[in-house]
Amino acid sequence: MGKRSVVPFGPQHPVLPEPVHLDLVIEDEKIVEAVPSIGFVHRGLESLIAKKDYNEMVYVAERTCGICSFMHGMAYVESIESIMNVEVPDRAKFLRTIWAEMSRIHSHLLWLGLLADAFGYESLFYQCWRIRENVLDLIELSTGGRVIFSVNKVGGVIKDMDSDMLAHFLRELDKIEEEIREIQKTFLLDYSVETRLKGVGYLSKQQAHDLGCVGPFGRASGLPSDTRTRGYEAYPQIDFEPIVSEIGDSYARCECRILELYQSIDIIRQAIAKIPDGELSVQVKGNPDGEVFTRVEQPRGEAIYYVKGEGKANLNRLRIRTPTFANLPGLCETLKGADYADVPILILTIDPCISCTER
Amino acid sequence: MAKVKESPWVLHYDGSSCNGCDIEVLASLTPVYDAERFGVVNTGDPLQADILLITGGINTQNLSVVKQLYDQMPRPKVVVAVGTCACTGGIFKECYNILGGADKAVPVDIYVPGCAARPQSIIDGIVQAVELFQKRSDEHDAAVAAAKSGTQAK
Ligand code: SF4
Repeated sequence: MGKRSVVPFGPQHPVLPEPVHLDLVIEDEKIVEAVPSIGFVHRGLESLIAKKDYNEMVYVAERTCGICSFMHGMAYVESIESIMNVEVPDRAKFLRTIWAEMSRIHSHLLWLGLLADAFGYESLFYQCWRIRENVLDLIELSTGGRVIFSVNKVGGVIKDMDSDMLAHFLRELDKIEEEIREIQKTFLLDYSVETRLKGVGYLSKQQAHDLGCVGPFGRASGLPSDTRTRGYEAYPQIDFEPIVSEIGDSYARCECRILELYQSIDIIRQAIAKIPDGELSVQVKGNPDGEVFTRVEQPRGEAIYYVKGEGKANLNRLRIRTPTFANLPGLCETLKGADYADVPILILTIDPCISCTER
Repeated sequence: MAKVKESPWVLHYDGSSCNGCDIEVLASLTPVYDAERFGVVNTGDPLQADILLITGGINTQNLSVVKQLYDQMPRPKVVVAVGTCACTGGIFKECYNILGGADKAVPVDIYVPGCAARPQSIIDGIVQAVELFQKRSDEHDAAVAAAKSGTQAK
């Protein structure tokens, strides 16, 4: 047995866009154990319910995370709507679905870029982010915001898209799909990329299940968990299958996310084809009284919102469980036995979002 | 006088931001906005950084981290607070764990507002920081030269 040493990793580290700290116990070049410590981004936003009423909290929920901002807002308003038995108009549901999938596309492209950067392909990183800008342009065009676009409210949405805009979406999506096909070749067929990803960070289906992994991280190990199949918003009217791979290494995680890009584009196309006319929102009166669990599928996996109201304007309790939190045990498992040099890639493969984990 | 203006190196640290401002900082370094045309290079190493970009507010745990990063940077240095959170604490100001904006930890020179701050305004902030940085390093150089000639005269 070699000598063991502990290498601190983070909180400020070149590959980490966000602060997280890991104590890596290494023996020679192999990781024996990884102990995460978090809390650098903790704000305590769940406690803001005492100071802001349930309508204002929509904006706070959206700022749980800047990447899946829309979906956090959506999960929150859905929770309130189900407590108050509000029937959201169909058009709003479809619009929410479209924006949610747009967020997924921009998040996955962002992740692909960071991954490319981690294995040293800088121009590929730039390509991914360039394509992502086209997605953000569409989001900005339809909502007015780039990353935090606050279009949700309790009872519906506040912005509409007219038929010209939807047609424009379809045209642009075709171009984006074309460009994704171009970069896909490098990610999935390039020899050097394969050597960095194939067989690295294997997680079996059983392990993924036992450790409660969610999202693309779990699906790449064969767990068919996709909360969208639960059928919230307009998803029941849309035809899609969760993308699952049985391989379970970093390459599979990359492949899953690339395939999900096409899936999201397809979902948006279906939603645009089926979107009904009608109102954008309904009037909501009174205060929420009751409690509810809501699950939504974010780019990183399943997020859970627990909301409890007691008939007052201020909620009684808000609790958010985010996908990265669920994936951290899985990450520590894949780090065991890995080479020290692979640590950045392994950390990236769960697509960590620290700010929402720590809230 | 050294012309540092041509190539300022930027260190980005995420305080307790929601990530929105972080990805906008990254976006302003990527091709579409391309802050690199001002010579800006993003570095992960505080020892080589000239400009510190802070996103997000200061909380009890990252207070010492931000201070440490600032202290490790060579003088002269400029600090830019990006986003409403880094300016004042923003929407999270009332949270129990938030002490306030970035100026609770280090002296901030330039405040870039916005939630999330747009890449255009981030670049504007960086450009202003570069001007200030040039000014400070000129002063610094002059002070060093004056000190040198003082010792020589003795
Ligand atoms: S200013 Fe807004 S977008 Fe930026 S970190 Fe704060 S909440 Fe997030």
